[in-house]
Amino acid sequence: MISNDEIYEKYIRKGTMPTILCAGCGNGIVLNTTLRAIDELKKDIDKMVFVSGIGCSSRLSSYIKADGLHTTHGRPIAFATGIKAANPDLDIVVFTGDGDCAGIGGNHLIHGIRRNIDITVIVLNNYNYGMTGGQASPTTPLESLTTTTPYDSFEHPFDLSMLAMAAGAPFVARWTISHPVQLVKSIKKGLQVKGFSFIEVLTPCPTSYWRRNRIRDYEGIYRWYKENTVNVKRAESEPDKICIGELQNIQKKEWTEQWKELVERVSK
Amino acid sequence: MDAYDILGPSEQYIQGDKACVYGALIAGCRFFAGYPITPATEIAEEMSRFLPKLGGTYIQMEDEIASMGAIIGASWTGKKTMTATSGPGFSLMQENIGYAVMTETPCVIVDVQRGGPSTGQPTMSSQGDVMQARYGSHGDYEIIALCPSSVQETLELTIRAFNLSEKYRVPVILMMDESIGHMREKITIPKDVLIANRSTVDISYAYYRPFRTGYMHATKIPEFAPFGSGYKTFITGLTHDEDGFPTTVNPKAHSDLIKRLSEKITDNIDDIFYVNNKHLEYAEIAVISYGISARPSLAAVNMAQKLEKNVAFINLNTLWPFNYEFISELSKQVEKIIVVEMNMGLMYHSIREAAEGRCDVVLVSSLGGRVPTPKDIVEMIK
Ligand SMILES: Cc1ncc(C[n+]2csc(CCOP(=O)(O)OP(=O)(O)O)c2C)c(N)n1
Ligand code: SF4
Repeated sequence: MISNDEIYEKYIRKGTMPTILCAGCGNGIVLNTTLRAIDELKKDIDKMVFVSGIGCSSRLSSYIKADGLHTTHGRPIAFATGIKAANPDLDIVVFTGDGDCAGIGGNHLIHGIRRNIDITVIVLNNYNYGMTGGQASPTTPLESLTTTTPYDSFEHPFDLSMLAMAAGAPFVARWTISHPVQLVKSIKKGLQVKGFSFIEVLTPCPTSYWRRNRIRDYEGIYRWYKENTVNVKRAESEPDKICIGELQNIQKKEWTEQWKELVERVSK
Repeated sequence: MDAYDILGPSEQYIQGDKACVYGALIAGCRFFAGYPITPATEIAEEMSRFLPKLGGTYIQMEDEIASMGAIIGASWTGKKTMTATSGPGFSLMQENIGYAVMTETPCVIVDVQRGGPSTGQPTMSSQGDVMQARYGSHGDYEIIALCPSSVQETLELTIRAFNLSEKYRVPVILMMDESIGHMREKITIPKDVLIANRSTVDISYAYYRPFRTGYMHATKIPEFAPFGSGYKTFITGLTHDEDGFPTTVNPKAHSDLIKRLSEKITDNIDDIFYVNNKHLEYAEIAVISYGISARPSLAAVNMAQKLEKNVAFINLNTLWPFNYEFISELSKQVEKIIVVEMNMGLMYHSIREAAEGRCDVVLVSSLGGRVPTPKDIVEMIK
């Protein structure tokens, strides 16, 4: 297994270090697991593009020594669609936050899935708008305190993985950052699936979210993830918990393959 | 296959929207993303028909924000890319147009103007978006906007739009209007046209800095390394240094960057700015117009010439960058400038500013989709 030092040497852009991330932020673990998955698959990094929106989570694209497109807030899937459709030989990974992906960018998410364009979307769900200081997001759990729900939040949150499944994503997986091994496995699968892969990672934002919600130590945060999630294999026995694991894996025709077929048909 | 192989005979009667597609394909456009909207829909329809035959890519996006995002993403693979819309969609595109300016992404945006604000008059002509083309996105920037006043000009200026976009690495906006988009006229498909391509990187990865300029070529335009070429290019809309990395709190880095982005356009105004003049030499009055309203303006000038008036006609085919010097010189020569536009007076402001009171500047404004008549304009010449 590749060591962290080797990952750093091989894949990290030294010029962008140190990261902007807070101590205890889960985003670094997602970066690490993504690079591990890429390394284990022996992917040619020069044929990959890392696309992201705006937010702390979306900063990950800047740290990887590879082509990267840090786009506008909510739009990375639209930009990624353009890259992939124009050059299907490139492998695209999208890093996005819950606000980026399901708030301002929700429309691009469902249409990216509907089209089934071959990109791997990794959404870092930290239950709030971290970068702007902790406002409520579309996934903020009921009764949470955020800077814009000071009396607690009553809007029903989105279950992002369920949304992706319902929209028809061929591959959907959800883990927390305390499941790095499983996460690497799912990212590898996602990268290999020809089609839209959706990988949701529950990742802590101690600074903006947990601090306001009465969990101030990392152990407590990890314990919360453990107590509130259940593996999909045992989900029926604990229906109130957040279901994690590989949630969907189906076959579906992919956009660029279909476009290629169309081009062959009409250019005869 | 070549564009010429599929466009058909070299002389045709076609709509402006279709001529725009012809121009784009001749210029080398091989990627189009869009969203239907009157009166620009025909551009998307024709693109969906032609592009696969050329091995290009057409994709209908979920909205205009996504269309703009997709053409920027696709442009970074090295392709020439375009989208087309009208007022409501043009409004939605503005944030990502600013992103294309900041990231120096070549792409062409066609705005077939209709009456606004809001949904306004979907099927009626207007020139109400010319200031939005210039100032629609936030922050300081320069942009290029071209404006055709015939179907033939639409074809030619679309090619020019791609060439300028490639050369200066800036989004170029083709400002059509509904009349030009839907009007059918005879066109001649030009052969042997000059095609420009973005200048690509020709040094090794170790020395490449994606936003450094002036070291390989004496220009303010950086060299381009498409995604997948091994140059590990990072692109951000945040203020960035020559490596492309975010540097968001350094006043000098920001001012250096936005000055360069503006100067790469304004320094080259002689190359970019192009207008069609008639009778300018001895003129005492000048009529300035653009788009469909340039047609009655020319007719009015011709009528006035018969009345032995020294009147010039200026077709402002380049709306932006605005050529202050050109208007300033004109204001020294003529007694009156008549600006004819289908809005409440937009280019009129810039023209008046450049004239600095040296001559009268008057406006012939026409609203609601009504194209001004030569008579409206002759009245002002008298
Ligand atoms: C159009 C637009 N609206 C608002 C913002 C401000 N903004 C920047 S980051 C952000 C929230 C990011 O939240 P999320 O996507 O959940 O990512 P996180 O920072 O939590 O990782 C917002 C609202 C913006 N940059 N652009
Ligand atoms: S604010 Fe939250 S999400 Fe952003 S870097 Fe800090 S801990 Fe991470």
